[in-house]
Amino acid sequence: MMLAKAEEWILYLEKEKKTLWQYALECEAESGKRDRDEIRAQMEQALAVMERSSQTARKEPVRSVSGLTGGNAWKYENYRQCGNSILGEIPSLAAAMALSCSEINASMQCIVACPTAGSCGIVPAAVLACGKARELSREILINGLFTASAVGMLIGSRATLAGAEGGCQAECGSAAAMAAAAVVEMLGGTPRMAFHGAAMALKSVLGLTCDPVAGLVEIPCIKRNASGAVNALLCADLALAGVESYIPFDEVVDAMYAVGKAMPMSLRETAKGGLAVTPTGLRMRDEIR
Amino acid sequence: MATDMKQYGVFDIIGPIMVGPSSSHTAGAARLGLVARRLCGEPVEKAVFYMHGSFAETYAGHGTDKALLAGIQGIRYDDERLKQAYELAEQAGLCAEFVPKDLGKVHPNTVRMELTTKSGRNFTMTGCSIGGGSVCITELNGVEVTFSGERPILATRHTDEPGVIAGITAILYAYRVNIGNMQVHRSDEGKDARMYMELDGDLPGGLKDALERVYGVKQILLLHPGDIS
Repeated sequence: MMLAKAEEWILYLEKEKKTLWQYALECEAESGKRDRDEIRAQMEQALAVMERSSQTARKEPVRSVSGLTGGNAWKYENYRQCGNSILGEIPSLAAAMALSCSEINASMQCIVACPTAGSCGIVPAAVLACGKARELSREILINGLFTASAVGMLIGSRATLAGAEGGCQAECGSAAAMAAAAVVEMLGGTPRMAFHGAAMALKSVLGLTCDPVAGLVEIPCIKRNASGAVNALLCADLALAGVESYIPFDEVVDAMYAVGKAMPMSLRETAKGGLAVTPTGLRMRDEIR
Repeated sequence: MATDMKQYGVFDIIGPIMVGPSSSHTAGAARLGLVARRLCGEPVEKAVFYMHGSFAETYAGHGTDKALLAGIQGIRYDDERLKQAYELAEQAGLCAEFVPKDLGKVHPNTVRMELTTKSGRNFTMTGCSIGGGSVCITELNGVEVTFSGERPILATRHTDEPGVIAGITAILYAYRVNIGNMQVHRSDEGKDARMYMELDGDLPGGLKDALERVYGVKQILLLHPGDIS
């Protein structure tokens, strides 16, 4: 049975000497008809789709169906390949991967929603870039996706993962929290450290609105995936260094939900506020109609 | 803390694997199209889609039109052929039209489909995409229903006379299949009647054949959740 609070999870997992990914896998095996091998095999399928979508738009320019956006993953990949990135190899790789996944999404190719299609680049980018940096096995990458799912399930059940309910903080913020926790566990951090990383990542984007131009999953979503991935790596790094979130994860999630509810409808996926109603945003909307 | 605790599985979070860009405007729309294709039972020749609310406003940029058109051709939401829905429709001789229309007080992501099949039968379905790729079917051939597509759906066309429905439900009982909800409808007395049921659990093999043998039954359509999820 799934516990309702991160604090309960941490105490349980510390007592049992288990990890978050093991707990997520356990809960899934208990609730369904499938055994662990089948569940892991399904997660491996998701990983394969993530690997593809995080590469395709870096190799060649990919345009969105609307024609509004595209080509930036390719542009940024070329720049960082030349050694120009001020971020350094791994964060820039993560940013490029996140852009690629999101551009692939906007071009109607296959992605893995995690937790949503609009935020589909963050978890793959952080997990795959971390895997590349430390030459981790596929098994550990899959473990990382289970860690990410555990954090997502907790946010979804305590609050929301939908931009229409909680704004972008609920989508890209949750994805960054999931990704941060995944990286912490992949690199040997404890469940407690993973939740500190997740809390710091979510805190960093608390209040972020969902204000897509023309109502499409493109502007600003694609670039927010890149910043979400780098945010996740930073917060994982902080947590692994022993930095703790002063506000515990459960309270951060509750605050995110309360902030989401306090947001006006215009800033929750209706394209009636924020960037969507800037002069340029409105002009772009009219151009594609 | 939320008072209504929602329960998530691992693959509700890491998933679905889908063609972008939007779970509600693309994946959900493709599922609605696929439900319609399964329930009308044969290839579609002509389709009119009445697009409501957010579907009407953003369907082109989200590829909602392509998703619906792919769905009624039997293409799933994780199949990248979805993007070529128009080309595939042209090859198949399927003619489709998208009409923005206010459908009244319904979910913002609602579509009403009016389909004509290859054999010339008409079929209508209204459904909405309620988020995360989940759908709700609200109308079938003029009959109000509430189906999630997550449980099996049984649709029948049968002669409008006493005992036919009893025959159908007797078979369901014999196979130990529970009926969640059901609607019976006839347009004109003496003509065919239609019945729509949402069933519980996995359906045993042989059920469809047994139902087709019931006196008065002209057509049986069974939609398994696995067909569309």
